[in-house]
Amino acid sequence: MVKEIERAGLPVVHMCTVVPISMTVGANRIVPTVAIPHPLGNPNLSPQDEKQVRRELVVRALKALETEVQDQTVFEK
Amino acid sequence: MKKIRVVHYVNQFYGQIGGEDKADIAPILKEGFVGPGMQINNLLKDRGEVVATVICGDNYFNENVEEATNTVLEMIGQHKPDILVAGPAFNAGRYGMACGAVCKAVEEEFGIPTLTGMYIESPGVDSYRKYTYVVETANSAVGMRKALPAMVDLLIKLVDGVELGTPEEEGYIARGVRRNYFHSERGAKRAVDMLIKKINDQPFVTEYPMPTFDRVAPEAPILDMTKATVALVTSGGIVPKGNPDHIESSSATKYGRYDLEGVEDLTEATYETAHGGYDPVYANLDSDRVLPVDVLRDLEKEGKIGKLYRYFYSTVGNGTSVANSVKFAEAIGKELVENGVDAVILTST
Repeated sequence: MVKEIERAGLPVVHMCTVVPISMTVGANRIVPTVAIPHPLGNPNLSPQDEKQVRRELVVRALKALETEVQDQTVFEK
Repeated sequence: MKKIRVVHYVNQFYGQIGGEDKADIAPILKEGFVGPGMQINNLLKDRGEVVATVICGDNYFNENVEEATNTVLEMIGQHKPDILVAGPAFNAGRYGMACGAVCKAVEEEFGIPTLTGMYIESPGVDSYRKYTYVVETANSAVGMRKALPAMVDLLIKLVDGVELGTPEEEGYIARGVRRNYFHSERGAKRAVDMLIKKINDQPFVTEYPMPTFDRVAPEAPILDMTKATVALVTSGGIVPKGNPDHIESSSATKYGRYDLEGVEDLTEATYETAHGGYDPVYANLDSDRVLPVDVLRDLEKEGKIGKLYRYFYSTVGNGTSVANSVKFAEAIGKELVENGVDAVILTST
């Protein structure tokens, strides 16, 4: 899906936990996330801390969308 | 003849530990066979036996690849196998990735052959077919009865060191290994024969299939995020409570488009996941954990993004065919472009 939406002409950032799958399906901008059943959350944290974690990941995703890439790139930080 | 010692790798489900709620268990070692290993053991007859089974949760393996691989290797090594069999994983994405990774690591560490079984579209195939033998299976466990005999046949050949036929003859997915042999006819004659068949619209098989590198070049970045419209898309199955479009929990045949007008936060009362391939507890309590609407609303208010696109798109990426995913995404992409969206955040579980 990532690849086909990008083919339509939009930059896509893929936020997912299993990065090797994301590489296989051809995502160009990848942000690794927390865990498979809760990629953008962590039920072990307080709601405030959990939202902060989510915000940091989304901000990183936006940064990825603002970054010029030539090839598949994983945004670890 | 010495009995073949087989160690079998399975996930929490086939290891009879539990379903998605147990997908986070660390590796466990059991003597003898468990689950589908029983049939492998039966098919081996007096040629060999399943001496041990290593069971690991799919989420645990994929979220802790290095640690899980090391533990699994250590457990497998204890039993001095002649071969490792993993799965079959059919079309299960995480399980296939785990089976492939275990096979690759075992071949590298112990120098013994390994094999697994997967459906051709499984992401594990592309990632690991170079490193192990992947027997082609159906896309679900319905294919177990056909998969296991094929796997056991190949297993015995691999241990015996029998020269293998072509991937088609042996039933495994081509590894991309080239082997020289003498053909009864010269290359020039074969090429002309093929050309004549092609001209006459008759079927022919190429001797040198061109690799398909279906990659899409990265789009240009967003220059000014504060003016950009960002859309959310997910394969994690987030839907309004009640799943109004009845998106299937696996092998989805459709996607949904849902209005976010006035939605500031996804709550337990308003949204849930339709996905049947992961433990839904966390997403059902707070769907922002999969689809981050709450923080995007904050970022929108703070002027960090222009705006969040009014609709989000969702499907279930659980055993869903590549053909369907392509179809959904083409339609979604077209609609997003037509509606002036600048960039997309796509989340997956």
